[in-house]
Amino acid sequence: MSVAAATRAESTAIRFSPQWITERISGVVLHIAVIGLTVAWVVPTAGLLVTSFRTPTDIANTGWWTALSPPFKFTLDNYSQMLSASNLGTGFFNSIMISIPAVIIPITVAAFAAYSFSWMKFPGRDWIFLALVGLLAVPLQLTFIPVLSAFNKLGITPDHLTSMGLPPYLGLWLAHAGYGLPFSIYLLSNFFRALPSDLFESAEIDGAGTLTVFFRIVMPLSVPAIASLVIFQFLWVWNDLLVALMYVGGQASVAPMTVSLVSLVGSYGQNYQLLTAAAFFSMIVPLVVFLSLQRYFVRGILAGSVKG
Amino acid sequence: MDFSVLLTDLPTLVAVIVGVPAVLAAYIVGGEYLVRRLPDKARPAVRPWIWVAPALALVAGFLVLPSIGTVITSFQDKHGNFVGLQNYATQLGGFPTGGAWIAIRDNLYWLIFYTLFVLAFGLLLAVLFDRVPYESVVKSLIFMPMAISSVATVIIWKFMYAYQPPGQPQTGTLNYLLNSVFHQDPRTWIQDTSPLLGLIPINNLALIGAAVWGIVGFSMVILSAALKGIPGDLLEAARVDGAGEITIFRRVIFPLMMPTVVVVGTTLVIFALKAFDTVYAMTAGNYETDVLANRMYKLLYFSNDNPGASAVAVILLVTVVPVLIFNLRQFRAVEARR
Repeated sequence: MSVAAATRAESTAIRFSPQWITERISGVVLHIAVIGLTVAWVVPTAGLLVTSFRTPTDIANTGWWTALSPPFKFTLDNYSQMLSASNLGTGFFNSIMISIPAVIIPITVAAFAAYSFSWMKFPGRDWIFLALVGLLAVPLQLTFIPVLSAFNKLGITPDHLTSMGLPPYLGLWLAHAGYGLPFSIYLLSNFFRALPSDLFESAEIDGAGTLTVFFRIVMPLSVPAIASLVIFQFLWVWNDLLVALMYVGGQASVAPMTVSLVSLVGSYGQNYQLLTAAAFFSMIVPLVVFLSLQRYFVRGILAGSVKG
Repeated sequence: MDFSVLLTDLPTLVAVIVGVPAVLAAYIVGGEYLVRRLPDKARPAVRPWIWVAPALALVAGFLVLPSIGTVITSFQDKHGNFVGLQNYATQLGGFPTGGAWIAIRDNLYWLIFYTLFVLAFGLLLAVLFDRVPYESVVKSLIFMPMAISSVATVIIWKFMYAYQPPGQPQTGTLNYLLNSVFHQDPRTWIQDTSPLLGLIPINNLALIGAAVWGIVGFSMVILSAALKGIPGDLLEAARVDGAGEITIFRRVIFPLMMPTVVVVGTTLVIFALKAFDTVYAMTAGNYETDVLANRMYKLLYFSNDNPGASAVAVILLVTVVPVLIFNLRQFRAVEARR
């Protein structure tokens, strides 16, 4: 039973009695509060969206809310101008090139590790796992300088990688994989451990090996957990600014959209027609992912609310 | 826009999507093949290490070893000579405005106000939304900013805070409201360092406000789940005893949600201490809005001061340590109950 049903006191009051009137009023106040707060939360995004379709003159001279009353004059110019004047298009492709491997690598690596942490015994297992939980809180800042110098020494820089015929994103993929692992392992282990142990015992009696158990039993059962992890890691990498800035910040040809967006803020500070169009363009993919897979996203948040 | 990159990049992408899982699976299967050659007794001892090795290598390579490296660098000068606490003295000297102190002060503002606002709003929204039939719709709308990047959030709020001199039409939503509803002069929000109620500079609050807007959905979702976990009988019993709704919230609901509030709170404390994106994109740390993470970036990229940047990173770690210890204790307590 939901708390909502329980908290909403059943109305036993007689119509138009003083008690009935107070209940009605508090009901109305509740709805006003809920809708008011929600509207306040939506207004900033709405303002951005409306502004991105207005002409530069209008944006500079009148508030965005005036565009909501006739005469309507909206334009798509800002979007075409934004795509030609900035490298947001390149940023978009880079974001895709960075995000997808940066999701696949840590999650596959984490799946094997999490299974081992959950259902195999080895010395130091619990201590290593405890260390991973500790690492969830460690600021990434602590790792940047040594990783950068190691990248430079090993030639894992965009230019050098391209000259060797390797994808220039390799450094970012590996870094995101490393940074995403503690959380991925933590989340998947929690899920794997919650699986009933009978499952494994009966499989062993049947003579199934570890591989069979993992690929035929554990993996199919874990699809929901993996789905929420995929969305989580994807949005994290897609929206990441800090890691990208550190490792490929100076290279627009490799940098993701967040970096091109932030440089746009620097160079077109007051040019709201460009900025708003660019910001909304950058929001499309995350919003689509969010709206279509919200359920898994929420589940991921509930399952491990410690990602740093 | 150059679409030819697609032709070279897409095959790479496909190769990675198919290749990485394939290589890993081959590694595990190959490992299993080798393990089967071993005597029966050795198998369970060797197999786990094969399964965790790639993860441990990545975590060691990108998190553990670099962290140790940074701690060492923070005690050295630019040429690698040991200089003791000199870098820390540079960062922590000159209290209250020199070195890293402005950043530390602002991180403290973030720690207090960001955490409090996110928890308070999250709790308020969770409790209010729980009582309306259209809960899922309003929840989605509050939650949506969680999906977008902090950079996009900053642009949204830069526009909310937009400023025109007094007398000119205000295009920023907040200044328009300030001007037309409250009949006050417009403010420059993100440049205004004057303190609000003597507590916090307005511009720091403006930055924190933008970040709070983006993250409230997170605390709302978790607190709402905790709220729904409270047994209805309990509330019913309290109501039968004649307790009012506010008393029920204070005496029954809130105490029962306290553990969740603490868990969410510690996560938010970590977020607050690591704050970077909002500050970097909104002010780049100017107008006394700097934070440790941004200071570290500036020292590294604009001053080429690796030792100084390392010291700032270590200071950041030290501030996180209490939360880290708390998390570990929490984790062990949960483990013990298993």
